[in-house]
Amino acid sequence: MKMLCGIGGSDDSFRALDRTVERAAVANDDLTIAVVDNDDSSVSPNEVADRAAAAVDEAGINAEVRRVEGDPGSRLVEIAETERFEEIVLGGGHTSPMGKITIGPIAEFVLLNAKTSVTLVR
Amino acid sequence: MSDRRYPDAVADEFPPPSTAFTDREGREIEIRPYEGDDEAREALVEMYDRFDPSDRAQGIPPGGEERIREWLEAILPDDCYNVIAWCGDEAAGHATLVPDGNAYELAIFVHQAYQRAGIGTHLIRGLLGHGQANGVEKVWLTVERWNRAAVSLYKKIGFETSDAESFELEMGLRLSPEADGDGETEGFEGDDGGTEGFEGDDGEAEGFEDDDGEADESDGDE
Repeated sequence: MKMLCGIGGSDDSFRALDRTVERAAVANDDLTIAVVDNDDSSVSPNEVADRAAAAVDEAGINAEVRRVEGDPGSRLVEIAETERFEEIVLGGGHTSPMGKITIGPIAEFVLLNAKTSVTLVR
Repeated sequence: MSDRRYPDAVADEFPPPSTAFTDREGREIEIRPYEGDDEAREALVEMYDRFDPSDRAQGIPPGGEERIREWLEAILPDDCYNVIAWCGDEAAGHATLVPDGNAYELAIFVHQAYQRAGIGTHLIRGLLGHGQANGVEKVWLTVERWNRAAVSLYKKIGFETSDAESFELEMGLRLSPEADGDGETEGFEGDDGGTEGFEGDDGEAEGFEDDDGEADESDGDE
């Protein structure tokens, strides 16, 4: 399957990265990892891209790691549409001290606006 | 996170538990702080094990005894503040403050069999009284925006919306004056937050654990 995994450096985005890479190795997905701007993240896009490249190497798969600038939600939706991705994968949300799950603005935008299926990784 | 916003005005004083009242179904309910005892914890496990999944909010309470125990382990330690609404030896409701940096995150649950009887209002007031007695300054919560009953209860208590930009509303309450500040902050900046509205709007609160009518079931401390 042609998959687009969007990550911005939050904990849940790295979880999504690991799971998607793992799956791609087994399912032979055509995977692109989009490193997006996330203002809420303390990890710089370059570091995020490095981690993505390392995960891809380690899994021994061919996947493109692409730096995507601009508004993350709309850019992901746009890329998925123009390049005919079949699925977008994102982190499944932040967990509060209480244990409540909150979904960030990027995931919310993509869920509401994507034409493809969207997977949120828990 | 420390960048959350809170009302300028300090909230009302809330009665510290234990408190007792008769709910709207005529049941004797007592609100008591959780003191770390096993029986109380087991009563909570039982309540959450029988909790209707449709009343879950943002993934809590979790389903299944094992996950419930794991979750309670995270929110019952000594650095958290918990109160339980008791009907005899059965837990009818539970509210909790969990530390998050310099503030506390709040959640409240009333079992389905005890909803719409005024217990939620007593329970949250008891929790906030317990928090005030222990010097808690700031409280925040998130609530699904379609849960109008809950939102109206929180507003009634004095919570103000601090972030309305995603699925969940984030609300904040200033529970006590800041320890190092001068404290009294009576609505300077124009939004007369906090305490207004406690007697005013009685919200359309059905569906949530509580509903309106704070006057008729209150123990008269306002």
